[in-house]
Amino acid sequence: MANMLAFAESREGALRKVAFETVSAARSAADASGGGEVHALLVGAPGIAARADELGRYGADVVIVAEHAALDHYSPEVYAATTADRLRAGGYRAGLFAASAQGRDLSPRVAARLGVSLASDVIDFEIQADAVIARHPAYTGKVIVTLRLTGEPALVAIRPGAIAPVEQPRTVRVEAAAPAMDPASARVRVTAVTQGGNSRLDIGEASVIVSGGRGLRAAENFKLVEDLADAIGNAAVGATRAVTDDGWRPATDQIGQTGRLVSPDLYVAIGISGAIQHLAGMRTAKTIVAINKDKDAPIFKVADYGIVGDLFEIIPRLTEEIRRVRGGH
Amino acid sequence: MKIAVCIKRVPDMEMRFSIAADRKSLDQVGLKYEMGDFDGYALEVALQLVEKQGPGEVVVISLGPDGVQEMLRKGLAMGASRAVQLKADEVPFDGLAIAKALAVELKDGGYDLILFGRMATDTASGTVGPMTAELLGLPCVTAISHLDVSAGQGTARRDLEGAAETVSFPLPAVLTIDEGIARPRLASLKGIMAAKKKPLETKAAQLGEPRLTVDSIALPADRPPGRIIGEGADAVPELVRLLQTEAKVL
Repeated sequence: MANMLAFAESREGALRKVAFETVSAARSAADASGGGEVHALLVGAPGIAARADELGRYGADVVIVAEHAALDHYSPEVYAATTADRLRAGGYRAGLFAASAQGRDLSPRVAARLGVSLASDVIDFEIQADAVIARHPAYTGKVIVTLRLTGEPALVAIRPGAIAPVEQPRTVRVEAAAPAMDPASARVRVTAVTQGGNSRLDIGEASVIVSGGRGLRAAENFKLVEDLADAIGNAAVGATRAVTDDGWRPATDQIGQTGRLVSPDLYVAIGISGAIQHLAGMRTAKTIVAINKDKDAPIFKVADYGIVGDLFEIIPRLTEEIRRVRGGH
Repeated sequence: MKIAVCIKRVPDMEMRFSIAADRKSLDQVGLKYEMGDFDGYALEVALQLVEKQGPGEVVVISLGPDGVQEMLRKGLAMGASRAVQLKADEVPFDGLAIAKALAVELKDGGYDLILFGRMATDTASGTVGPMTAELLGLPCVTAISHLDVSAGQGTARRDLEGAAETVSFPLPAVLTIDEGIARPRLASLKGIMAAKKKPLETKAAQLGEPRLTVDSIALPADRPPGRIIGEGADAVPELVRLLQTEAKVL
């Protein structure tokens, strides 16, 4: 029996998909330890408490809600102080985070405050009596490192998309808590959050990603990529570093070693040659489709299904075919 | 303005890696080392800040065996004024153990800014920067893709998933630098000559006790070899059929 604390990530008053992944992972870890409780920590502006039931659906027993009128945006110092306090007071075996932009910022701060170590960007983990064993892709994904983490609480940040959220409904108890620090005294302040690119699904949240590279030849040809993503549905649009460097797509869309690391169910690479730097960001996708005119392009070495040819002929046909089979349902 | 840049020596990621006999480390044969990608951006940001807002100095700091000295010299050749090696036989995986050693060195340095890359490309954890900030009690902003500094105050942009945050902070501060902010300069011949005379100090690293250690490392299971199912638009119906019936992702 061991209790787990899951940090439930939110933005602008809504829970992020990674919040459910983190709570699900905590549920599995608690159950594996003989049935401990899962406590989810939710921090935000007044009204965020209304999201507690959603966390219960993924297995939280208790949702600790720290609301404050000045927490419209993420506040690293307030969040870190509040999370560290709760971990210190709660006697938890482990504290779980998402290795998202927010979680990667928050979790090391919490670890240093508690004087404990952190395993970050973990794809799976197991809590044993005297250690947590966690697997972490390193060296641009070319090496999988199995880490041994000792000390309590053990802090683990989980790669987005690595652990699927599973519905395991519980009736949640909601506990109100005050933030451990007055937001007015924070030195680091988020003054604005601007939506990047378009309103399309984010690449970290999507189960399907359609990505384009230099082979598209011009920014406006990404319309083909977007149309295919729309036809598939629930799909995000990604890009290679060459494309974001040229300003065809926003930098936040970049998939690769220096961009986002993604593991969708389906990854469609269009006009992408498959440089190591790009493969590092998507090689863990479950199914990879590649469309490229060069039959020797390295992307075909990792693609489950490749088509060699002119993407300007193939992609419109693929979009049409998917619309046709979808329409038949 | 006085800026410290903490840089890490990492293997050239383009190489083919193999696992050493201990199953815990990479086979060192043929490995080439270089400055981490993000650390290069951090150093460039520091050099540009001092050039624009001088007078000041940029100090490059690296923890590791004597092999890091070559990379520190490269930092000096790019324009840093002096270098510090925190000597350790090997670099632990535990970010907190490293942060403790860096905090000892940085504590009384009088730095206005302490910069890191967003993460090291080998261990790919991104924990040392924010941990060091916490140990020093300094404000910290991570994964910055744009930075303005003036009059003891900074404004930065952080890219999130599908959005970006604008963040303000006071100096002194710890910042970690994302890709794309500034392309690292190549060292000039003059810079390389000058670097030979710049000070490079070596001290013993006062590492914390590592509690995150490597049990084993392995190469990831290879994906099944790629398969080309056809050529041109005529292959599309077969692709859709396979996605529906074999991969079951449509």
